[in-house]
Amino acid sequence: MTARNQHDGLIRGGLWITGLALVGLGAVFAEALLGTPTERWQGPAQKILYVHAPAATMALTAFMLVGVASAGYLFLKDRRLDVFAEASAEVGLAFAAVMLTTGPLWARPVWGTWWQWEPRLTLTLLLVLLFVGYRTMRTAIEDPDDRARFSAVVGVMALVLVPFVHLSVYLFRTIHPQPVIFKPSAPSLPWEMLRTFILSMVAYTAVYIGFVTTRYGLGRRAAAEAL
Amino acid sequence: MTTFRGALVIAAKDLRVELASRAALTSAVTFAVMVLVIFNFARDPGEVSLQVLAPSVLWVTSAFAGVVTLNRSFTMEQERGAMEGLLLAPVGRSAIYFGKYLANLAFVLTVNAVLLPLFVLFFNVTIGMALAWVAALLVLAAAGYVAIGTVLAAMTVRTRFAELMLPVLLLAFLVPPVLVGVQATSRLLAGRPAGEIIGWVRFLVIYDIVFITLGWLLFPATMDE
Repeated sequence: MTARNQHDGLIRGGLWITGLALVGLGAVFAEALLGTPTERWQGPAQKILYVHAPAATMALTAFMLVGVASAGYLFLKDRRLDVFAEASAEVGLAFAAVMLTTGPLWARPVWGTWWQWEPRLTLTLLLVLLFVGYRTMRTAIEDPDDRARFSAVVGVMALVLVPFVHLSVYLFRTIHPQPVIFKPSAPSLPWEMLRTFILSMVAYTAVYIGFVTTRYGLGRRAAAEAL
Repeated sequence: MTTFRGALVIAAKDLRVELASRAALTSAVTFAVMVLVIFNFARDPGEVSLQVLAPSVLWVTSAFAGVVTLNRSFTMEQERGAMEGLLLAPVGRSAIYFGKYLANLAFVLTVNAVLLPLFVLFFNVTIGMALAWVAALLVLAAAGYVAIGTVLAAMTVRTRFAELMLPVLLLAFLVPPVLVGVQATSRLLAGRPAGEIIGWVRFLVIYDIVFITLGWLLFPATMDE
């Protein structure tokens, strides 16, 4: 099999995964609207949890994987890690766009404001902007070797910034809902909600895998054609 | 030559070059003063008191001045092709990093040293122990973000729109120290005891240790192999 066919296979596979994942996601949304109880205080707005929280988790996971792949690239100098980092950063930004649009939609009825300058929102926004910067920097470097190394440096630095982001959540007062699922004690969501949430996480993860596989295949093909 | 001595030689070289013209420092200081003055117009004197605004003004001005100062840290090497000379010098990459770091830190602290008295003057701040603590916080914050800025500047100088790329990348890293600095400065200027800010001082110390180490580890990757 030629390299060209291999990349096309990756892209086709990625598109298939994406298609199936999106169908799954649609089913989860239907379940969230029809099959979960309405929260007593927040009303129907609470259902945004099933869209917002997994998108936010996937965006942050995607950015962290950029950091891990970047560190790997600096050690191994394997160009595939750089292509993966680029793909994950772009897909992370797509999930971040979902996070940043659904967040205010929920906050308006529940908090009474679209946006609140509280630490978690502020610093997540900054992380997103940093990755927009990462994308911009990639386009501003001609030499592929320089681009891979420089991007890896920024990717690792961003990864190290995350704990400081997290720490500052505890250093400052916050009105963002505290974690109800990922916390040391047992989840405090009712089972119907938790089940839908877990399914949503699975669907989102599949979307991530589909997107990244497609984008990775495209990146590999572009790199092969540039040679 | 040891790394330490090599770093000092490189830092001294940068300081000598700067002192010969003082062009970069003069513009950075002028920029900082301008920002300080402009902030004063961005306030409705009847609505927002000077004391409420003062900590944010100090930290935002200091951060912007830091970015402007760091922006030029590798332009000389880039424009005059001196980077090859530096790389061929009988010192390791660590010495280059720490040398550039020390020179940048000296420039940023000089700008801050001009900024702080002007801040006291314009914002009518009482001179005392609280102010000494604020100065210490500015030094601690600069020690961390200059480490990041040194690594980023070494890369952005070789990208298109170099002057824009550095702020775009560096500002996100500036936010934790600026947030912490503003919070701690508000407490100090309001006359709260210094014991209240010890948690934030620790935060800045950890930030410094982590990013100076990371900068040292990552810097070689920004130089040509």
